[in-house]
Amino acid sequence: MAKIIVVTSGKGGVGKTTSSAAIGTGIAMRGFKTVIIDFDIGLRNLDLIMGCERRVVYDFVNVINGEANLKQAMIKDKRIDTLFILPASQTRDKDALSKEGVERILNELAQEFDYIICDSPAGIESGAMMALYFADEAVVVTNPEVSSVRDSDRILGMLSSKSRRAEQGLPGIKEHLLLTRYNPERVLKGEMLSVEDVGEILAIKLLGVIPESQAVLNASNSGTPVILDEDSDAGQAYLDTVARLLGEEVPFRFLNVEKKGLLKRIFGG
Amino acid sequence: MSLLDYFRSTKKNTASTAKERLQIIVAHERNRRNSPDYLPQLERDILAVIRKYVDIADDQVSVSLEKSSDELSVLELNVTFPDDKK
Repeated sequence: MAKIIVVTSGKGGVGKTTSSAAIGTGIAMRGFKTVIIDFDIGLRNLDLIMGCERRVVYDFVNVINGEANLKQAMIKDKRIDTLFILPASQTRDKDALSKEGVERILNELAQEFDYIICDSPAGIESGAMMALYFADEAVVVTNPEVSSVRDSDRILGMLSSKSRRAEQGLPGIKEHLLLTRYNPERVLKGEMLSVEDVGEILAIKLLGVIPESQAVLNASNSGTPVILDEDSDAGQAYLDTVARLLGEEVPFRFLNVEKKGLLKRIFGG
Repeated sequence: MSLLDYFRSTKKNTASTAKERLQIIVAHERNRRNSPDYLPQLERDILAVIRKYVDIADDQVSVSLEKSSDELSVLELNVTFPDDKK
């Protein structure tokens, strides 16, 4: 049975799609058959981050409406054999996703895949609700910044009350905190909430900390998930994150200010 | 960054302000989230009743429902009356 993981945040621009692409790719690199679904109807972007934007023919909504089948709509990644992408539609009808339609597609995917990653749109409207409704686990992407933390808390409320698991009285969605755009230097100066601060406020288990990094923009510029840039700090932090998501114990890195010079040159960043 | 800067900046920094503000608002919003849907309307109705007799502002009434055990919930009503009006 496939595991459904939603990558969500409430607030926009915190790194949901970057994280979905990285985590999905990372899981697939471990040999698990993985599909990443873009739930951001109207504002398709996962295809661009994954570098397959010119290969989109059919999309998620086409499949729901029966205008195409999954095989036609899914894009197989050219780098990793076990990785597929299901792009979002660019229709302006935000309610194009029906709960029944999404459930049918997820059930069909679950027959074939080990992991289904749902890349949620920002906000708390129907697209975001649909992305989290069927989830078994949730990765809550948060920036160390007041509005992002508050929105993450809202989303945590939704996860525990508006999901299928909540409605059916099943054990709740397993919640993970992924802190992105972390800048240890500013934390040390007292200018940025620390990982401990955010953890204390949101009170969920920390899955990973991704440092603010040049590598992320470079990766999106070239359409490569940043986790494939294994020499970069962000790439390594995502590799650690994926390992933890798969149940491994991995110490946290990139939490403290790096000594400039030799170390920095060796590890890049 | 020098050691001196480090000690100076930990005295009063924006990150700790952010943390305090977040702790308050998040606790407030969680409380609201767990309360019944009728609470905001109840608050408006109570406000309207009090206004029949005393002129008070919207933020001078606060209603909260706290669940103290499985069987007992306490509805707390706080009304601040203006000093100069009787």
